[in-house]
Amino acid sequence: MEADTTNGTVITREPFGLRARRMLRRMRNMPILAVTVLTILVICAITASWISPHDPVSGDLADRVLPPIWEGPKFATQTVVNEVEIGQRFRQVEIGSKDFEEAMALEEAKAAEKGQPARSITVGDTLEVRIRDAGSSRFILGTDHLGRDILSRLFYGARISLVVALITLGVGGTIGTFAGLLAGYYGGWVDELLMRTVDVFLSLPYLLVALVLVVSIGQSFGLIVGILSVFIWPLFARVVRGEVLQLKSMDYIALARVSGAGTLRILLVHLFPGVINTLIVIGTLNVGIVILVEAALSFLGAGVPPPTPAWGSMVADGRDRLADAWWIATMPGLAIAFTVMSLNIFGDWLRDTLDPRLRQLN
Amino acid sequence: MQRFLVRRFFTTILTVLIVSVIIFAMARVAGDPRTLLMGPLSTAEQWDLLGKKLGLDKPYYQQYGIFIWNLVQGDFGDSIFEHRPAREIIGEKLRNTVELGVVSLAWSTLVGVPLGIIGAVRRDGFIDRFGKALALIGQAAPSFWLGIMLIFFFAVRLEWLPPSGRDEPKAIILPAITIGWFFIAVNMRLIRSSMLDVLDSEYIKLARAKGASERAVIWMHALKNALIPALTFFGVSLSSLIAGSVTVEIVFAWPGLGRQAVTSMLASDYPVLQGVVIVLTLMYVGTALLVDILYAFIDPRIRYG
Repeated sequence: MEADTTNGTVITREPFGLRARRMLRRMRNMPILAVTVLTILVICAITASWISPHDPVSGDLADRVLPPIWEGPKFATQTVVNEVEIGQRFRQVEIGSKDFEEAMALEEAKAAEKGQPARSITVGDTLEVRIRDAGSSRFILGTDHLGRDILSRLFYGARISLVVALITLGVGGTIGTFAGLLAGYYGGWVDELLMRTVDVFLSLPYLLVALVLVVSIGQSFGLIVGILSVFIWPLFARVVRGEVLQLKSMDYIALARVSGAGTLRILLVHLFPGVINTLIVIGTLNVGIVILVEAALSFLGAGVPPPTPAWGSMVADGRDRLADAWWIATMPGLAIAFTVMSLNIFGDWLRDTLDPRLRQLN
Repeated sequence: MQRFLVRRFFTTILTVLIVSVIIFAMARVAGDPRTLLMGPLSTAEQWDLLGKKLGLDKPYYQQYGIFIWNLVQGDFGDSIFEHRPAREIIGEKLRNTVELGVVSLAWSTLVGVPLGIIGAVRRDGFIDRFGKALALIGQAAPSFWLGIMLIFFFAVRLEWLPPSGRDEPKAIILPAITIGWFFIAVNMRLIRSSMLDVLDSEYIKLARAKGASERAVIWMHALKNALIPALTFFGVSLSSLIAGSVTVEIVFAWPGLGRQAVTSMLASDYPVLQGVVIVLTLMYVGTALLVDILYAFIDPRIRYG
């Protein structure tokens, strides 16, 4: 039995059974759907190179713009001509072409069903022509304009999003936490200086600054992570500072100081553990924000450089092809939306469970 | 109050200065502007002459001083591609951006605030659930994608509304819905949670006890105070509306500042790009400052705190 006798009372450690039961009670409200989505996402991101059915960056142009598996073929009425005029391709079918032969076969089958003789087709008649293949199990979510498999690209995109988010949170979170610890612990001019810096950084219009930087320096993975880290650290600094302000007036900090602990030791060994719960919560809630900003940058062509498949740039790829290939833009957008939604729900739950005091912040 | 205002002004000016330093430095990093302005056949003398005209022969700190002095006077230089003052171009686009911002803000407030109030009063009711779902989507779906989906349904499939541009009045509907959606989420969540806090307080119980009607309690007594905390966060999100409109303007080909920024960026038209970024930054920090000052006037606790 461990005992703490510093102020005369004996605090015994809770028996394991009780602790386990309390943990279970907390877990019961866990948003299962959100956690499932996030788990699947992480697994997909890690195993992207094994589970992807196709190469994410190079596709066969013969497979371009194939619809998802559940979509049927698409037909349109086209006029029969001798020679297809350029620009009229979608309204005309040329005698002798592959499309024409197929359409004729279809026409004959239809006629045979009704028990009529097939009508003879000449130039100027109209025919039902298949203008798009049905979806197949080869490309479950279809292909984009370069014949690349969208599902595989989604897997690799998840990897990019998560790697960017994790590195950003690592770098930005560390800087922010340290700044918050220092500001909260020292107070005075250190606090004033750091917090005014935080104010300035919080009011920078990031998307624009990022655009300017990308044009002049050039696109790179490091630049994106750098910009996002600069964007994220003030959020951490502010919350950690608030926490430290409350913690530092507690008795155990004074005791540590009396027993001769140095500043660095107090900061890292005594104060830091007190803010870990808060860090986990704001970390989770900020992953969503980082993913959204990264997607916006990629969408504008200022994100992770191509041909790396980022979700944002995949949406940009499909933007001009809505009329004939809605799935190219829709799929990656759904991936972003579901990811961020799950992160928000999970983060809210974490906050309520780990750190109810933070609730008023939102 | 004074200390608060001084501090806010100070950080606002500092932010603008930092942005100006970034864009000044970046324009220099990107290369000599003369390579864009002059043909390959120009002589060394012409090169030097233009350098003198643009002030490139002076040291960097002097160049920065000139840059700032021109900015203060509203002179952003001439557009490299359109051969007219960048200020003219920016002025035209600014009107469109403000127009879109105002419409988005109006409709998201009209929908978001009542949803938040009703959500707080009838917790877990149908409207509360509907509002929460709306907010969940608005906060998770990237606005550029939401815009594309709206184009797909309402312009491509149903053909009710134009997919892009600003030629007809109804062209503003889709982009405004897209930007406003995120704001409905923000408005609703803020109003709802602060309403819940306020409805729990003593003075509301007193109002009920003295026999005020439920309608008066909610719309008069509670709402007034619930709006105050909502306002601060509102300022932050208002400025993110301005920054966030960049992607939406691109999606809808809306001829605003955000789209101009990207166009100029792709064309390496630095005078215009710098001007746009500075103007957008001013709008961004300006709205935040305005809302904070307003907040200080409304809430005495801030004024004297």
